[in-house]
Amino acid sequence: MLTLHCPYCGVDADETDLHAGGEAHLTRFGPGASDDDFEGYLFTRKNPKGVHFERWRHAYGCGKWFLAARCTATLEVFATYSAQTVAPPADVRAAITAKRPDWSWGDLS
Amino acid sequence: MKRYSAFAIAREALRQHTGWDRAWAKRPPKSKYDVVIVGAGGHGLATAYYLGKNFGITNVAIIEKGWLGGGNTGRNTTIIRSNYLQDPSAAIYEKSRSLYENLSQDLNYNVMFSPRGVIMLAQTQHEIRGYQRTAHANSLQGVTTEWISPERVKELCPIINLDGPRYPVLGGLWQERGGTARHDAVAWGYARACSDMGMDIIQQCEVTGVKKENGKVTGVQTTQGDIGCDKLGMVVAGHASVLAEKAGFRLPMESVALQALVSEPIKPCMDVVIMANTVHGYMSQSDKGEMVIGGGTDGFNNYTQRGSFHHIEETVRALVETFPMVSRLKMLRQWGGIVDVTGDRSPILSKTPVDGIFVNCGWGTGGFKAIPGSGWAMAELMAKGSSPLTDEFSMHRFREGKFIDESVAAGVAH
Repeated sequence: MLTLHCPYCGVDADETDLHAGGEAHLTRFGPGASDDDFEGYLFTRKNPKGVHFERWRHAYGCGKWFLAARCTATLEVFATYSAQTVAPPADVRAAITAKRPDWSWGDLS
Repeated sequence: MKRYSAFAIAREALRQHTGWDRAWAKRPPKSKYDVVIVGAGGHGLATAYYLGKNFGITNVAIIEKGWLGGGNTGRNTTIIRSNYLQDPSAAIYEKSRSLYENLSQDLNYNVMFSPRGVIMLAQTQHEIRGYQRTAHANSLQGVTTEWISPERVKELCPIINLDGPRYPVLGGLWQERGGTARHDAVAWGYARACSDMGMDIIQQCEVTGVKKENGKVTGVQTTQGDIGCDKLGMVVAGHASVLAEKAGFRLPMESVALQALVSEPIKPCMDVVIMANTVHGYMSQSDKGEMVIGGGTDGFNNYTQRGSFHHIEETVRALVETFPMVSRLKMLRQWGGIVDVTGDRSPILSKTPVDGIFVNCGWGTGGFKAIPGSGWAMAELMAKGSSPLTDEFSMHRFREGKFIDESVAAGVAH
């Protein structure tokens, strides 16, 4: 069972207490956006085999949304952090780089 | 290719089975093919087969990073049905189901298609309305399905409990010509037929890069060297996003784990397939006697081909409610596969932003039933540039808002 540390209430929450919310750090596009941007925001996903930044909700706990950096190929969790960020913070990046030195940051670099 | 027949079995029985050929040839890759298909699962092999059979394109390689049929083709619960709500879905799934009817004869390989019938249970008022609507839609689409009463459900499947503790059975959507087939045999049968047409099936060969010139594909880099091609078909299910990234585009898709399990073999007790989408489990009995069980997907992005135990628990709880006699059964094996789920739960059979690359993915949790139809349609798309069966399944439908919304029609199991 996947266990994630909730950065808000401090509980190590089991997967059964959590709700997965998909890819994090998406740029939100709304009215007036181009079709490409709107499609990208709503549907297109990186879906990487490797480091994945994602949203989680501590649904059966404090109820807060938070973010996690996790490896989809091994289920290893690198870090969890505040949802009030637009990009992975420096300490999260460092934790990932330490374990996945070859990881390409792509459009998050 | 020596044909398989009752006579061949008798002949080989008399000579110690020394005359059987390899089912498919093992050849090293050539430097260039007309068409390269990535992914030797059911869909990839079927695409290659119909390229050869329907369009005479036989200079084809099917390359596979693992072993033939070792992905979702060998991991599903083998259910075949075509009772979908939307017209484009009904068209391609019914094409597929009808190809299954005589696939064994077509391939000269027994795929053990067993049209034993599929019931999708209605256990809420909402589902009654939904399935009655689907039955009406199906009659307009030429797909034979029928709304049946709880008594008829009990008649077709005596081991079912109609008065479950949470959700009584209120009726069902019955497709008499749905059923199951032997999943490995489908892959093996197509592989044998492809090999017989001169196509190369190259296993243990992973694509590491896609070569392009002026926006057009020219080949792939693989762990067995570079292989050139004029057209490239990506038919890799859960890894479609990974391969698309190598070709320089992204897909509207996420990969999650779907688990299944089988019980110890028991005497025949159930000769239909039952899907219970409200409590979320489905079950059929294999020819060996094992109860074959599936449920819903795990919740998060995952490439590990493993799932979480609590999903198994949910599925089994649903089935104990529906079939109380299974409560003492021991489970033999459990496994997971990586399914590719799109925003509208419908597949993608499409041209891509790269000229010459075609993608067939997004079958999500319901790809096995679609193998022959998917291959048929994908072959037409690759050979002619379009197909009436695939036009609605373009990857650009999300931009245009032209969804084929089966997440409502199919509930959760799909």
